[in-house]
Amino acid sequence: MSELMIQVENLTKRYAGTTAVSEVSFAVKRGEIVGLLGKNGAGKSTILRILSCFLPATSGTARVAGHDVFFEADEVRRRIGYMPENNPLHLDMRVREYLKFRARLKGLSAAKTRERVDVVIQQCSLTDVHRRIIGQLSKGYRQRVGMADALVHEPELIIMDEPTIGLDPNQIRSVRQLIKELGKKHTILLSTHILPEVEMTCSHVLILHHGRIIASDSTHELQGKIFESGAVIAEIAAPAPALMQCWAECDAVQHVDIAPIDGEYHRCTLMARDGIDLRPIVFDQAAQRGWKLRELTRGRHTLEDIFVKVTREKEEEHF
Amino acid sequence: MQVFWTLFRRELGSFFQSMTGYVIIATTLALLGVSLLDMLSKMNEPLDAPLTEIFYVTLYFWLILLLVTPVITMRTFASEKASGTFEALMTAPVSDLQVVLAKFAGALTFYMITWLPLMGYMLFLHRYLNSPSTAWEPRSLATTLLGILLVGSVYISLGCFASALTKSQIIAAAVSYAVGLTLFLLSLRSLVPIAPTGWQAKVFAHISMTEHMQDFARGIVHTTPIVYYLSLTVFFVYLTFKVVEARRWK
Repeated sequence: MSELMIQVENLTKRYAGTTAVSEVSFAVKRGEIVGLLGKNGAGKSTILRILSCFLPATSGTARVAGHDVFFEADEVRRRIGYMPENNPLHLDMRVREYLKFRARLKGLSAAKTRERVDVVIQQCSLTDVHRRIIGQLSKGYRQRVGMADALVHEPELIIMDEPTIGLDPNQIRSVRQLIKELGKKHTILLSTHILPEVEMTCSHVLILHHGRIIASDSTHELQGKIFESGAVIAEIAAPAPALMQCWAECDAVQHVDIAPIDGEYHRCTLMARDGIDLRPIVFDQAAQRGWKLRELTRGRHTLEDIFVKVTREKEEEHF
Repeated sequence: MQVFWTLFRRELGSFFQSMTGYVIIATTLALLGVSLLDMLSKMNEPLDAPLTEIFYVTLYFWLILLLVTPVITMRTFASEKASGTFEALMTAPVSDLQVVLAKFAGALTFYMITWLPLMGYMLFLHRYLNSPSTAWEPRSLATTLLGILLVGSVYISLGCFASALTKSQIIAAAVSYAVGLTLFLLSLRSLVPIAPTGWQAKVFAHISMTEHMQDFARGIVHTTPIVYYLSLTVFFVYLTFKVVEARRWK
């Protein structure tokens, strides 16, 4: 078994007149949950459609579990569970009936179908609605039906195009929880334009902009990079001039903003020199001078900041 | 084979899971009912023809064929493309040909189901008919059914092709009406003021569906029309297959 689940090299897809994806290369290892992040129209769906053998690429190659998506489409399709954008389902069918239909379509034997349909209905918490008509279900349940369908033939790789779009916050939380659960056994590639989603569910992230991959890293590393450049925020009970003087004397502090809050407390936003962690220094200073310290935290950026930053840099290069 | 049967059952079942199927059956039933009235009034006059031919000359057969087949086939591919389920279908490990054949076979089977009331009428007339001249012939009934099946398969395959071309069921129905009606009008050359002669007459005689059907209704089976209808069906099914496959060329 190859270590790489997905291997994409110089993938390009042109539609009449426009280039949706250009020269994209990336790899996904077995067992990872990878988020494909990008604005609408960045080419996320196109990449997922090529990987699921629905569309051919204009040039370049893509392999899933070592099989080429164009020349060995049957092998690839047997190994993936794909949930298309907006999760299309046969709305006139009942949940169990639909899952049975899909399982048979994917080549499962009658006995195996019964067994697997029961398992996925359990796994996706569809037990209460398995006899209902899909068209009458809420969007959250429909999303679960789509995921159950993607899972039913025990695929090695699950591909989901915008799995939480159009759901309410509770439904989003439960779908994310389900994705995390699935990630323990399957490799998952999902697309989204919501940054916290990637932060919460994915181990790796690929940022896509105008059909190109502009960043590829583990979610953790990306966050780490942001922390380095981030500020430290401290709420200290002390007079403003004393605070000002204290930070001015401190070499590690490059820049400080002090704002009064309630009572004698002031909020200090400190920028460190050379990426030094200021938190122990702040604590020591406060302790030495007998100041009350009620909050000490790193100004945590989100992926949103990286995304905006990276895309802005790219756009500036462009012009 | 499992994929074919799974899809075929879904295709046939979908007619009965939505209103479409019942509306089509009700329409056919109404038209067949009117044709039964016509048949009964024709039988008051002395006629020397089998029952099936009497049914055929009421011409409701063409009305049903031309009206109903585009409605049966318009949803096959177009609705799946519009709702996006086509993407889910084609990303399952199924071959394009399996999908096309299953959809065609499902629609054709449903089309034959809509003709079942005709069998009821035939049995009913057989039970209460005393005229020896208008004989009830099982064999002429079989050949009529064969004709209905053959002409129907041409129109069903044509409809599947039209449906594969577009996302819109309306356009799919309009295209199959237009082409289907043209095919039918070509066989009415006797209505043309100046009848064609020479080789043209020969060509028109070969493609005249009205004459083929009249033969089938009389109990006469020629191989020429069978080959004609089968090759047209294969041609349209092949075109449908190519249209579905064309997704991979773009």
